[in-house]
Amino acid sequence: MAITDVNSSAEMPITAADGTPLKKKLAQALFRSRVRAVGLVLPLFAFVMASFVIPILALMWQGVYNDTFASYTPNLTQQLAKWDGVSTPSEEMFAALVTDLKTAREDKTIGRIATRVNQELPGTRSLFTSSARKVKKAAPPYAESMMKIDKDWGNLEVWQAMKLTSQSLTPGFYATALDSKYTVDQGFVSQVENRQIYVKLFWRTLLISGTVMLLCLLLGYPVAYLLATLPLRYSNLLMIMVLLPFWTSLLVRTTAWIAILQSQGVVNDLLVWIGITGDESRFSLIYNMTGTIVAMTHILLPFMILPLYSVMKTIPPSYMRAARSLGATPTRAFLKVYMPQTIPGVGAGGLLVFILAIGYYITPALVGGQDGQLISNMIAYHMQKSLNWSLAAALGGILLAGVLLLYWAYDRIIGIDNMKLG
Amino acid sequence: MSRFTKGLFAVAGMSLCVSGTALANDLTIVSWGGAYTKSQIEAYHKPWMAKTGKSIVSEDYGGGIAEIKAQVESGNVTWDVVDVELSDAIRACDEGLLETIDHGILPAAPDGTPATEDFLPGTLHECAVASIVWSSVYAYDSSKLRNWNAPKTMADFFDTKSFPGKRGLRKSPKVTLEFALIADGVPVGQVYDVLSTEEGVARAFAKLDTIKGDVVWWEAGAQPPQLLADGEVVMSTAWSGRVFNAKNGEGQPFEMVWDGQIYDLDLWVIPKGSKNKDAALDFVAFSTATEQLAAQASWISYGPARASSVARIGTYHADESIQMAQHMPTAPANFANALQNDFEFWADNQDQLNERFNAWLAQ
Amino acid sequence: MAKLPPYTSTGEYIWHYTYRFICGLIFLFLILPILIVLPLSFNVEPYFSFTPGMLSFDPAAFSLRWYEDILRNGMAAPDEPLSWAWFSDTWNNGQWMRAIRNSFFIGICATLLSTALGTLAAIGLSRSEMPYRRMVMSILISPMIVPLVITAAGMFFFYSRIQLSQTYLGVIMAHAVLGTPFVIITVTATLVGFDKSLVRAANSLGAGPITTFRRVQMPLIIPGVVSGGLFAFITSFDEVVAVLFLASPEQRTIPRQMWSGIREQISPTILAVATLLVILSIILLTVLELLRRRSERLRGITPS
Repeated sequence: MAITDVNSSAEMPITAADGTPLKKKLAQALFRSRVRAVGLVLPLFAFVMASFVIPILALMWQGVYNDTFASYTPNLTQQLAKWDGVSTPSEEMFAALVTDLKTAREDKTIGRIATRVNQELPGTRSLFTSSARKVKKAAPPYAESMMKIDKDWGNLEVWQAMKLTSQSLTPGFYATALDSKYTVDQGFVSQVENRQIYVKLFWRTLLISGTVMLLCLLLGYPVAYLLATLPLRYSNLLMIMVLLPFWTSLLVRTTAWIAILQSQGVVNDLLVWIGITGDESRFSLIYNMTGTIVAMTHILLPFMILPLYSVMKTIPPSYMRAARSLGATPTRAFLKVYMPQTIPGVGAGGLLVFILAIGYYITPALVGGQDGQLISNMIAYHMQKSLNWSLAAALGGILLAGVLLLYWAYDRIIGIDNMKLG
Repeated sequence: MSRFTKGLFAVAGMSLCVSGTALANDLTIVSWGGAYTKSQIEAYHKPWMAKTGKSIVSEDYGGGIAEIKAQVESGNVTWDVVDVELSDAIRACDEGLLETIDHGILPAAPDGTPATEDFLPGTLHECAVASIVWSSVYAYDSSKLRNWNAPKTMADFFDTKSFPGKRGLRKSPKVTLEFALIADGVPVGQVYDVLSTEEGVARAFAKLDTIKGDVVWWEAGAQPPQLLADGEVVMSTAWSGRVFNAKNGEGQPFEMVWDGQIYDLDLWVIPKGSKNKDAALDFVAFSTATEQLAAQASWISYGPARASSVARIGTYHADESIQMAQHMPTAPANFANALQNDFEFWADNQDQLNERFNAWLAQ
Repeated sequence: MAKLPPYTSTGEYIWHYTYRFICGLIFLFLILPILIVLPLSFNVEPYFSFTPGMLSFDPAAFSLRWYEDILRNGMAAPDEPLSWAWFSDTWNNGQWMRAIRNSFFIGICATLLSTALGTLAAIGLSRSEMPYRRMVMSILISPMIVPLVITAAGMFFFYSRIQLSQTYLGVIMAHAVLGTPFVIITVTATLVGFDKSLVRAANSLGAGPITTFRRVQMPLIIPGVVSGGLFAFITSFDEVVAVLFLASPEQRTIPRQMWSGIREQISPTILAVATLLVILSIILLTVLELLRRRSERLRGITPS
């Protein structure tokens, strides 16, 4: 029994003052502090979820789901679901059309139906609105009667468009956002050339963001290096020149660029005065891509300088001196010793600038003219002008996917915890 | 500060926010801003406020029905009366976004002609009452003519050889495509027939291609006078009243070319579910009375929508020597080669042509 | 400036000054656009460019009319003599005055909300016991990263459905969400340098968690909280996209008013407002700098 005794004393748990085993007590304490941590984060988490994440998810849903047509034309939708999409529309389909047009006319929802089908097949809006005005007169056989009201009801394309819009869950908007078209009989086909625009815009957005990022790097690197190597009392003073633009309203800075770059603006006046250009042939520096790039570079430059600076600050100057004393030329010492250590800063600043740039809206809208518009401007256009909200959501979905991918990369490479401001 | 006090602060802050600073306004009237809104304030708002003792908040917007739609669908209508273009009025009415307006409430002309006969043809709608006829024209700065003659026709606007320099155009296919066709020699009577065909659209874009590199695009009505004054462009399409006011109100040396003008209506509408519907209806009836419409014409050169008002157009408010009648889009001298905007064509083709226009811009 | 070491060669000498010159140009690029609005806002002409009169310093070419316009714009009777009624008129009816009131009101409410929630969350996130720390953190920071147009569009639909669009509360909530990442980042940064043994010391001396937080942790992180709050405030104060989508005219803020100023109703009044905003950002920047110094002093970090 001695052995068991030893065993039991070994297994006898160490207890806390109140007699509970220490292991359990520790687990309890850990659990409590975990609950406390979660409890601290929870209010904000719930707030961000409710006021930010869920609205965006709801928006994304709109990009694939649009029930305007189905909810205002229940009878027709039922009939269209049975239809194969290529045969001549049946009498039942026409009867359902008449019923739904009559209701839509009374409820004043005809405009919404017409707008929805018009998105799918342009030029059909008035077919619906004017037919709805005359539909009272329609009598069986409805096919003939409707054809008399407007011969376009015999057009198969109209029915195909209605069939497509009657499907509430649809890949159609994403297809449009990628310059193709979802059809009843052929699946996805490419959009006619003179209406292709979105893919080009996505590319341009990437191009402009890339250019802005490179310019920021080009301008930000020397400045960050200077700030990091100067004695603190000078660098603090110069830092203000970086931070002041950072803290100044975006609209103030954009307005300032309009004043500077317009054809009667400061830069052009200066160029004319020096004699580089004539009064007649001033440069167009704004309301085009140049204007967008210049203004965006200026606005995003601090986002490049600040991460670069915080990385460069940690590089001991003795490394460079050591390289020099080992016989490296200044250029070589800089390229081989200093520069590789700044890569994390370059990555952090570059990614941050790029991420912020591809979502830019205000500056391109104000100074972009025709070729300086980004994809965000097109999203805003569909939100506010054309009111094709599902298409806006689809375009936004593609943009968001790109941004989140970059954000994920940023988190993996740099870590969001390491993000610093000022 | 403990978490508790902090929480207390937050709660206090929030309740402060929620209790809000909502101001009690009797009527919110939304229009296009600038000289145009100013004319409405002088001719409609002020007399109405004096008559009823109620207050009006005047807001600016950039056109379109997006805001109305958002307000109506969210059930939180904060706009009471909105000044919209004809095609937007029709579209919003079709979508059930507007209150219907009983034409019986509109006051008769001073001579007793009922309103329904006094209003010009096509200016009264189920949900909308027109106040003015306005027009898109092009204008140039006569002090910057340099060595060329004054432009006279729409074709001159597109002729960058004889009239070198930048052009300002509205960033919208509406009006722009029509101008291009008129300049390309299509008679005004056939513009929409031509534009209804694929070749016609291609022809309009081909004409626009000839000046594309020289175009500065504008979006708000206040921009063209600014672009001209800044020398950003030598000619710009513009809304006639804005140019008139820049010329006669601010003394800018601008001249308008009326050849190929495209006229359109501005109408009052009331968003469905307006919280002040009765006051809004009263305002619409008040502002479209003969006297008010005629009074507005002394503030900006847009033509009143009532026959009885047309006869009473007086002089410019800032300069008694200017007879407003001859500066109206509908004045015989200006009206020789004019086109009315076809709202049905645009209601049908707006989305498609916008898309194509945007694609063309992006090329 | 730092003296160049005696072994510097001529080539290095030239490069050194060329480099300084290039940096000078870049600094000019950064700061010049902001300074240029100052003189332009005193332009007597209603346009955005320098007039010949301004260039020759003719006093007649300068005026304060655009600053007056900030007060007068939208007033019922702007030309009345200065009196109590005039001031009450501009306070109640002036468009810019309303925008200024709205901006401060919305900004302060949003700041309070985001600072309170953000600080708590940052403290929770800095604890090693926090489960799924990295994922939660990336969700909480995402409002800073997601393009504003997408955020605003999403909020527009969702807030409309729950009757929050076109209300002050809706705009405040939107701005609070956009401001929290800044609070989290700055507060986390101060917590990283925070010595955990101080908490243990306080505990061992008998202080409960709340006392420890109040007497030990809070004073040390307060500079981070305040600068996070300042960031949140300037975010709200400068934000225009959410306001464009969510706000009714009643909730117009300064940037929203500037936006329509540039797009719809161009007037140099915006340059005058811009000048005032630049002055405001200088003040905020100074406060932030003072806070940073205080924080460093408190935590015993001396400037190197």
